[in-house]
Amino acid sequence: MIDFGYTITKDRQLDYDRGDMRYYRLVQSLEPSVDVCMECGSCTATCSAGQFTEFNIRKAHTLIRRGNTESIKAELRKCMFCGKCQLVCPRGVNLRNLILAMNRAIELLG
Amino acid sequence: MIKFNLFVLPFSLGLIYVVYSIIIHYYRWIKSLPAVDKVKLANGLRTPSKVLASLKEIFLEGLIHRKLWKRNPLLGYMHMSFALGWFLLIVMGNLESRIYHGAYINAPYYPIFLKFFIHDRLVLFFEIFTVPAFFRFIMDFLLLFVLSGLGLALIKRKQSQWFGLKRTTNHSFFDRVALSCLWMIFPLRLLAESYTAGYFGGGGGFLTQNLGNLLIKISPGPAESIAYIFWWSYSLALGLFFIMMPYSRYMHIPSELLLIIFRHCGIQPKKWGSSFSDLELHSCSRCGVCIDACQLNFAAGISDIQAIYLIRGQRDQYVPENIAMTCMLCGRCQEACPVGIKVDLLRLIKRREIGSGQVSDFSYLTQGHPGFAEVVYFAGCMSHLTPSIHIAMEGIFREAGVDYLFVDRGGSTCCGRPLMLAGKDKQSNELIEFNKTLIRQTRARLLVTSCPICYKVFREEYNLPIRIQHHSQYILELVREGKIALQSQHRKVVYHDPCDLGRGGNVYDAPRELLRKISDLMPVEKECADALCCGGSLGLMNTTLQKKDEVTRNVLQFLLAGNPDILVTACPLCKKTFMKHSKTEVRDIAELVHDAIPGRQIRKIMDPQKAEAAIP
Repeated sequence: MIDFGYTITKDRQLDYDRGDMRYYRLVQSLEPSVDVCMECGSCTATCSAGQFTEFNIRKAHTLIRRGNTESIKAELRKCMFCGKCQLVCPRGVNLRNLILAMNRAIELLG
Repeated sequence: MIKFNLFVLPFSLGLIYVVYSIIIHYYRWIKSLPAVDKVKLANGLRTPSKVLASLKEIFLEGLIHRKLWKRNPLLGYMHMSFALGWFLLIVMGNLESRIYHGAYINAPYYPIFLKFFIHDRLVLFFEIFTVPAFFRFIMDFLLLFVLSGLGLALIKRKQSQWFGLKRTTNHSFFDRVALSCLWMIFPLRLLAESYTAGYFGGGGGFLTQNLGNLLIKISPGPAESIAYIFWWSYSLALGLFFIMMPYSRYMHIPSELLLIIFRHCGIQPKKWGSSFSDLELHSCSRCGVCIDACQLNFAAGISDIQAIYLIRGQRDQYVPENIAMTCMLCGRCQEACPVGIKVDLLRLIKRREIGSGQVSDFSYLTQGHPGFAEVVYFAGCMSHLTPSIHIAMEGIFREAGVDYLFVDRGGSTCCGRPLMLAGKDKQSNELIEFNKTLIRQTRARLLVTSCPICYKVFREEYNLPIRIQHHSQYILELVREGKIALQSQHRKVVYHDPCDLGRGGNVYDAPRELLRKISDLMPVEKECADALCCGGSLGLMNTTLQKKDEVTRNVLQFLLAGNPDILVTACPLCKKTFMKHSKTEVRDIAELVHDAIPGRQIRKIMDPQKAEAAIP
């Protein structure tokens, strides 16, 4: 490829048809409060595990919502379950159960 | 001469079945005990003091129902009339039958149906002082005693609040059948004995004889046949009750006896369950006392997850996940349980079954040397959300001149209890080991924590070779040693007992004593062992925020009834939960103590660095 001195950014388009929505639907049925999340990231800001490592619960949630579950399988194991996230959540999402539900979905659907 | 009639068969068969079933159950419970517990049991049974203590408790709790008396006299009387009344009927009936039967061994049915076989006539008035007449009197009296309890039980169906129960158990089919049989037994016995006494014109006591005479007069039918039908019904009701017993809640009668003996022998329930826990499941009488104690019931209207439903489900080998996971694990039901079943542990055992499959990975936690100190301070995750608590604690440490180390200053590694509450004990062990190493490295002699959740798990799971104190205990000790002087602010405060500190850690007096020194402590309606949970519990897994808020608002009604200036608690999670709803100021006990250190404000300004910064 000819080097013009600049590049085009990588395609960031999401194809929802290719996402695996089964995970999210299962999570929704196990913890319905996930629907009210507005992805403000307060949970991630206060996260105990997030102080020590790259662990982003908001991102995990967004990914599972888009049907992209591959990268979060290992991520979710880092959660210490302390519950600070659900205390700061302005929308009242039951985050501890949400993480359990995400784990459960991955466990059940592979 | 052997007395026999065909109608004794249903009773006899039922009795054989129930005795067989109880023996099998007892055998399994004892056989599957861990080896350590078997030794404890054998030793306990050889110690007369332990056996005597067991018998005393069996008498007080199994027959008199002392705890229910304390709860509500009507409820206590009802249960006592059934248990003690029936027990004495059996004992006295057996004694009575000896008069008419010379042999040492009776057929078991003989005392039960004695009045069918024996018709002693009351000849002379002074016969009332003879032995048979005495027994006739006492047997009728006992029957009346049991029937009075039955009458109360019927009233309880409609007016349970008279018995101190707002909400009663929703019974299963088998329980309903067994209950119907139990309720039929005594009226049928009364009718059978009365008709027989009336027909023969003697042989009854003050109750059955008079009732019998009346019945004969008003019902023209063939009295002997009617009596015979009632004897059959009586025997059938007894037989059916015995057959239903192993499948219904009435299995608690034989189970509780063994449970009391186990406890007096020092056998403890195991973390992952043992036959002791199975015995506990069978010892639940499904009285429903736990339902009223549960805040999710009376504050949030969730009435199908209480301890009794969990235990019933576990006994039937099926617990919906919803029941196991919806619980604040506050321990109120455990405190109220008249049988003393460790309900929270039973629920955790179930959660462990559900939660142990999923894996965790905490390899990102890296061990650095924390440094050395006399006292190691662990604020806990929740205190990092309410930083005024650890700021106050640091102020107190400095004031007292303590060589301390704030070990989780840079963000805390969780103590492991939240994972445990979700049934992930295996995963939490990794965190426990990490923190243990961290704390050991400091070579401290004392571990102080601001979080009752951490406090509980440090004490129960960490096996640390040092003292562990909650900050309320520690501060009190500093005050007693004279290391910090406090000046009362004379503000009206109420104290909220955190579940894990109070019921979980048995720390009730230290925070109260401390508060009395620095403020005017007011009593609240439900406190100490009866204290309410703030509603923020990490034990509650799958309930909506709205329900939690209902619980919190309900607790605040109790706590703020006396219009205090400050609501004081000793737990960062309680504080955070209350702050959302309380119009009254909510503070941690450490903050209040910090404010009560005299001259603190002045010294703050006198601090040269700060003074310099204050100058514009």
